[in-house]
Amino acid sequence: MADVSPRTDTSTDADTEDKNLRFQNALSHGTIASDGSDKSRDQKTLRRLAQNREAARKSRLRKKVYVQQLESSRMKLTQLEQELQRARQQGIFISSSGEQAQSMGGNGALAFDVEYARWLEEHNRRVNELRGAVNSHAGDGELRIIVDGILAHYDDIFRIKGDAAKADVFHILSGMWKTPAERCFLWLGGFRSSELLKLLINQLEPLTEQQLMSINNLQQSSQQAEDALSQGMEALQQSLAETLAASLGPSTSTANVGNYMGQMAMAMGKLGTLEGFIRQADNLRQQTLQRMHSILTTRQSARALLAINDYFSRLRALSSLWLARPRE
Amino acid sequence: MDRVRDLASKRAAVIFTKSSCCMCHSIKALFYELGASPAVHELDQDAKGREMECALRALGCNPTVPAVFIGGRYVGSAKDVISLHVDGSLKQKLIDAKAIWF
Repeated sequence: MADVSPRTDTSTDADTEDKNLRFQNALSHGTIASDGSDKSRDQKTLRRLAQNREAARKSRLRKKVYVQQLESSRMKLTQLEQELQRARQQGIFISSSGEQAQSMGGNGALAFDVEYARWLEEHNRRVNELRGAVNSHAGDGELRIIVDGILAHYDDIFRIKGDAAKADVFHILSGMWKTPAERCFLWLGGFRSSELLKLLINQLEPLTEQQLMSINNLQQSSQQAEDALSQGMEALQQSLAETLAASLGPSTSTANVGNYMGQMAMAMGKLGTLEGFIRQADNLRQQTLQRMHSILTTRQSARALLAINDYFSRLRALSSLWLARPRE
Repeated sequence: MDRVRDLASKRAAVIFTKSSCCMCHSIKALFYELGASPAVHELDQDAKGREMECALRALGCNPTVPAVFIGGRYVGSAKDVISLHVDGSLKQKLIDAKAIWF
C-alpha cells in the first residue's frame, strides 16, 4: 500500500493506531457492514489487517534504520570531539563557533602561521593608513606617528618569530608560512636586508650626499653580515655531515654502537644552534630597518615603507597567479 | 678573569670561541671580511677554558661564545657585534684600536 502520508513515519504505533481508528470509525459509522455477507467482510477485514501488519512492519524497519544512523553519527561526533580536545592540548589554534580563540598554545607551526597572518593583516592596514596620509599630504608630525607605529609593529613579528623558532626552528627555516614566490628569496627564515636596500635606493631620491653614503654603507654592512651568517650556516652543515658520517662503521661492534649514540648526541647539539642563526638573522633585519629609518627623513621613511610593502605585495600577488595558473 | 683580560689586551681584536661553535665561525668571517686579523682563543682547547668561560659569563656574555674584545675592551657577543656593524660603529672601533686602517 503506497504511503501517501506527508509526515515521515518514525513511529509504528501512530500508524497502525490511526488505521485501526479509521477501521473502528468506519465500523461504527456503518460505512462498513458489521454483519451479513460474512465471507466478503471477513476477506476485507483480513486484507486490511494484513495490510496493517505490513505497514507496521515497514514502519518498524524504517525506525530501526533511522536509529542505527543516529548511533553511528553519535560515535563519529564523540571521535571528533576527542580529536579536537587533543589538538587543543597541543596548542593548535582552533576557533570555536564564531568567537575568536583567546590564546595560542604558543607551540605548533599552525599556531605561528595564524599569528603571522594576523600580523600581516594588521601591517597592511597600517601601511594603507600611511599611504592615505602621504597621498593627502599630511604633515610630518602625523607621518612620524604612523611610521613609528609600523616600525614598532615590525618588532612584534620578530618577537613572535623568535618564540616560534624556539618551538619549531625547521618550520621557520622552511618558509612554508610565506607564499611561494617569497620563498624564492628566502634567506635564514626571512628576507635579505641588503636586497631590500638595493631596491630602495632608487625609490628614495632625492637623497643628500651624506644620506646616499650612509645608505650605501648600510647596504654593504648588511651584506657583509649576511655573508658571515651564511658562512656560519655552511660550517654548521659541514660539521653536521662530518658528525653523521663519523658514526658510519663497517661493523656493529659495541664500540661502534657507543660511538653512534655519542655522534647522535653531538648532532643533536648542532641542530640546536640553528635557532641562534635565525635569531641573529632576524636581529640583522631589525637593526637594518631601524638604521635605515634613522638615516632618512620622516617623509623618506614613509616612502621607503610604502615601497617595501608594494614590493612584497607584488611577490604575494605573483604567488597567487602562480598557484592559479592553468595546467595541462 | 685575569687570563681573559690578559689575552684580550694582547691584540687589537680578540675573539674567544669554541671549536664546535658555528656562530663563532660567522663572527670570525665578519672580522676577516673587514680586514681585521683577530686573535682567536678556543676555550675548549685551553687548560683554563672553564674558568675563562665563567669569567665571560660574569661579564654578561650570553651565550658565552663568541666573546669579542676590541682594544682590550669587551664589546659583546654575536648579537652586539652584528648590531654595531649595522650602525657602522664596529668598523670605527676597529679603526680606533688600529685593528684596521680604513
